[in-house]
Amino acid sequence: MADKEIVLDVQGLTVDIATPRGALHAVRDVSFQVKRGETLCLVGESGCGKSMTSLAIMGLLPKAAKRTTRRLSVLGEDLSAARGRRINALRGSKMAMIFQEPMTALNPAYAIGEQLTEHYIHHRHASAQQARDRAVELLEKVGIASAGQRLTQYPHQLSGGLRQRVMIAMALMCGPELLIADEPSTALDVTIQAQILRLLADLQAELGIAMVLITHDLGVVARIAQQVAVMYAGQIVEEGPVEDIFATPRHPYTQGLLGCIPVPGRTPPGESLGTIPGVVPSLVGDLRGCAFADRCRYVQPQCRDTIPVYGHPPEQQWRCIRQEEGVTA
Amino acid sequence: MTTPTLTPIVPGAPAPIELTASTLRWRRLRRNKALLAGGGILFVIVMIALLAPWISPHDPYFQDLAYRTAPPVWYAKGTWLHPLGTDQLGRDYLSRLFYGARISLLIGISVALIAGLIGTAMGMAAGYFGGKVDMAVSFLITTRLSMPVILVALATVAIVGGSLWVVILVLGFLKWDRYAVVMRSATQQVRSLEYVAAAQAAGASTWRIVWGEVLPNVVPQLIVIATLEAASAILLEASLSFLGLGVQPPLPSWGLMISEAKAYMFFSFWLIAIPGSALALLIFAINLAGDGLHQLLTPEERA
Amino acid sequence: MLYFTIRRLGLAALVALTVSVLAFLLLHLSGDPALALAGEGARQADIDMIRKTYGLDRPLVVQYADWLWHILQGDFGTSVYFKTEAGPLILSKLKTTLLLGMGALAFALLISIPLGVLAAIYKGSAIDRLCLAIAVLGQALPNFFFALILIMLFSISLRILPVSGSGTWQHFVMPAVALGYYVAPAFMRLIRAGMIEVLGADYIRTARAKGLPARKIIFKHALRNAIVPVVALAAVQLGYLLGGSVVIETIFALDGLGYLAYQSITYKDYPVMQLIVLLLSVLYVLLTLAADIANAWLDPRIRVS
Repeated sequence: MADKEIVLDVQGLTVDIATPRGALHAVRDVSFQVKRGETLCLVGESGCGKSMTSLAIMGLLPKAAKRTTRRLSVLGEDLSAARGRRINALRGSKMAMIFQEPMTALNPAYAIGEQLTEHYIHHRHASAQQARDRAVELLEKVGIASAGQRLTQYPHQLSGGLRQRVMIAMALMCGPELLIADEPSTALDVTIQAQILRLLADLQAELGIAMVLITHDLGVVARIAQQVAVMYAGQIVEEGPVEDIFATPRHPYTQGLLGCIPVPGRTPPGESLGTIPGVVPSLVGDLRGCAFADRCRYVQPQCRDTIPVYGHPPEQQWRCIRQEEGVTA
Repeated sequence: MTTPTLTPIVPGAPAPIELTASTLRWRRLRRNKALLAGGGILFVIVMIALLAPWISPHDPYFQDLAYRTAPPVWYAKGTWLHPLGTDQLGRDYLSRLFYGARISLLIGISVALIAGLIGTAMGMAAGYFGGKVDMAVSFLITTRLSMPVILVALATVAIVGGSLWVVILVLGFLKWDRYAVVMRSATQQVRSLEYVAAAQAAGASTWRIVWGEVLPNVVPQLIVIATLEAASAILLEASLSFLGLGVQPPLPSWGLMISEAKAYMFFSFWLIAIPGSALALLIFAINLAGDGLHQLLTPEERA
Repeated sequence: MLYFTIRRLGLAALVALTVSVLAFLLLHLSGDPALALAGEGARQADIDMIRKTYGLDRPLVVQYADWLWHILQGDFGTSVYFKTEAGPLILSKLKTTLLLGMGALAFALLISIPLGVLAAIYKGSAIDRLCLAIAVLGQALPNFFFALILIMLFSISLRILPVSGSGTWQHFVMPAVALGYYVAPAFMRLIRAGMIEVLGADYIRTARAKGLPARKIIFKHALRNAIVPVVALAAVQLGYLLGGSVVIETIFALDGLGYLAYQSITYKDYPVMQLIVLLLSVLYVLLTLAADIANAWLDPRIRVS
């Protein structure tokens, strides 16, 4: 298989947020790569830092957050030290992002046609008519009927599913090579969720975009991703090809996550589903050792010191002192 | 009940302070710079007004004809006999300034009281009873808001004759709208709280509920509004007196002093600057204190 | 939208009617309007004649109906002082006052919008505190005092603006500033609060993710949503502006409605005075109505429904 081009290369990404009680380490030394035409899923529970990671990549962190990285390159260009102008030129054109809440992500005061075309006109210096044509083209591509009439409608006139499709169309207007989707289907009805995910998968296959999809739902991961990175307490604790992770999870947290899902045919009826005891530790101040130590069934004294990372990309890697085969709970 | 002694967790460290409710309140007050600064200035002005007869160097009405339009003491021709100079009739400006504070404060407090009573009664009635009462009161508020206060006040004073008490009554009967609006919404909020329903269920009379449950909870907002409205009333009186249709001479209303000095302002600007600055300082202090009170009494906005 | 407009129109008409009653009653405050009209030192015969001429011996309701009827037909009576028809007299001055009011509002918005936006963007910083300090100080200065200071500075010392009259646009500069500065802090605070809230909204994050330039995000996306309450406030402040024009026009001898009001009051020209109160009130009612409708129109959720 020919080596595909690396679209997004993140090495050593760290995000610290200043709080009155000290620095909150929201993202700790996160590294991953996404290739063209490939989907990487960032999976984890609320507060694990996956959204922060995506915002850090796009340069959309809140003022109080500080980002440091060894390397952050999009299409080969290192953005770690880039100024606002350069980031702005790439945002919306080469890299795009869609968010979780379609209800509030669109400006209620302007028609969706206006919101679809404004950045296209800005980045491509296109005419209004060219932008409108492109908008219609994309609205049809995301499966919205009578696209031309939709352009003059306002966000409040569309349903949640429609709005998310508009968001996707909006993200694709300038033909980005990297798409970051932060829980794109979570806020939608269950029936719509599947549609949106299928849409994203189809679009990616057709346009060859590199996609980072953030979710807390392992079902989504199974359905759409080729690579998965499991995040816990700001770190990536396990990553690799989806099939490998699901078949042989090495990190105890991943094992716990997979153990929480009932598998038809395998989970005996009547048996209680697995849970992971304990709570996520505080991320403020000095942190040492494994963040999962207090909840891990295999915890040992060495877990309080530096934890090694086994395996190397593109195969499965995991951050644990245990090297032997993992067992699904 | 004996207060338990708090032993420090780490031996040797100083004993932790016991955080009672009043300690917390006192701390918040100390940190509230607006209230302290505004309140401080206000306190000084009130003291001056109260003690005016004793601290004024001269009788504010006495015309010292030998010293007409004398400049303040920091000018070349100034004299310590009249530290802030005199006006065109030879009356000592410092004394008139002190006595003027009495008038402004009297206006502010009286109008706030009268308008406050009217507006609060209307607002609370509208907020508590809702329905037709609310519609009627809201209509009255809208009508009152449509009428330019200065114009109506001017016209009324012109017809009835100008004096301190006429001004107070006219302004008091015109400036109740803000009270009504705020008290209405505050009452609506309180009304929907559970302890009002509890009181109603217990069979308490309407009067009892309003007086005992609703009123104590809207008082903080009432105080904030009252301070801001008092400032507004003081400014209005100054404007009316400036136009000659407010307080009548020879009373030392600051607005009147500015009006009387208008013709002489080109050569003796202090005649205007002194009462004008005094007005500005008083209004500033009241607004500052009002803002501070607002901060103090709405803990959600403390951030 | 249509239903909304009709309802608001009905309410406005009702308010205007009530105000007309109050304006009418103004004259009767003193007890005997004939006495008030005749002035001091008038003889009983004069008073009686006045009573007859103005129909002041009829029941109040009849007088009111008669007065209102005449007004609706365009007959505004005669000015006692100016000895001319009140209607044209008032209309001729209206233009000046409207110009002054709009100039004052324009000035207020001119300084409050940039300051409000700045304070919101740099919230919590020294710039923010400076803007708020300016706001508090601005509202402490009485407008007539400020007007006199302006005159001293620009007319006497610097000699670049005229003191009185209403001939050229320069005559309107100081009056507009003296009238408008007082309402600027209220706008500034409103814009600041609105911008702070809007800047935290999700759609602003979307706009940033699209790579739009900062200026466009602030003005096209943020301000557009934050400015909505400003329209309503503008109407409320207009009430102050209309009233404040009395003082300002008198100081600057600007030949407008406010000055006419002052003159009519001082010279006891009660017919004119009543009319001005009525006119300004109705004007205010109409402006509030227009603001309400504009507000509703600005919110697409009401407009397109």
